[in-house]
Amino acid sequence: MIEQSYIYGLVGGLVIGLAGAIYLLGNGRIMGASGIIGGLVDGSGLSEWRDRALFVFGLIAAPWIAVKVMNLDAQTNITSDPVILIAAGLLVGFGARLANGCTSGHGVCGISRLSLRGIAATGFYLFAGGVSVLLFKHLLGVI
Amino acid sequence: MRGLFSLTSGALFGLGLLISGMVDTSRVQGWLDIFGDWDPTLAFVLGGAILPMAVAWRIAEKRKAPIAGATFPARPNQKITKDLAIGSMIFGAGWGLAGLCPGPSFAALSFGGWEGLLFVGAMIFGMILAVPAKRIRFATS
Repeated sequence: MIEQSYIYGLVGGLVIGLAGAIYLLGNGRIMGASGIIGGLVDGSGLSEWRDRALFVFGLIAAPWIAVKVMNLDAQTNITSDPVILIAAGLLVGFGARLANGCTSGHGVCGISRLSLRGIAATGFYLFAGGVSVLLFKHLLGVI
Repeated sequence: MRGLFSLTSGALFGLGLLISGMVDTSRVQGWLDIFGDWDPTLAFVLGGAILPMAVAWRIAEKRKAPIAGATFPARPNQKITKDLAIGSMIFGAGWGLAGLCPGPSFAALSFGGWEGLLFVGAMIFGMILAVPAKRIRFATS
């Protein structure tokens, strides 16, 4: 039997891909979350601040409205350990900008273009993510 | 027109992340936990997202320009640089540690509590720190 979460995953994934397709065919830009957000906060993408700000607004507002309207019990199951949250946030933000992309830019947009850099980046972060969970969950037991 | 595309794309991206369960950190960590109780959901999400995007790239190849823009993004050089490898490894380590990456962390801002806010604050600080780090690397290489 196919787990329900796989179907939700596939449907949600198709919607994510549709979002990327609109951004590409409409604006001629790659839908990478770290690039769009990073360009706003470090000032490198201020020439297109309106596009970026509207994207970020939609990204925050749409799930908020959906959760309210449909009265969903959206769970993040996020850790409450401030040290882990700060360390993980720093690593994610710093690493994504150094690599010029994250799961959306390198993963979704890069792989679908058969970009060697996108495929390589995805290999590197999947490997490091697996090692991270192995280390912090199974060996150290902190998450 | 550009604004409408940006807003629609951001909204759909957020809804897709919500529907797919990628705002749930335990699902993401479950995918990375190959030695534990492995959860393959993320593969369905990535596969689902790649399908429409692959079609979009094919359409982009055939068109001269996007609907509301000058050009399509040029294919960057395909060099696997140190920055790409090291940056992706650092990113992946943090992704596994908290189960969040930039897109879902923003999509979950409205319901993720102070924890989600703290993560996003640290992430933005990390993004800003990457600017001088890149400059130093560029100056020394």
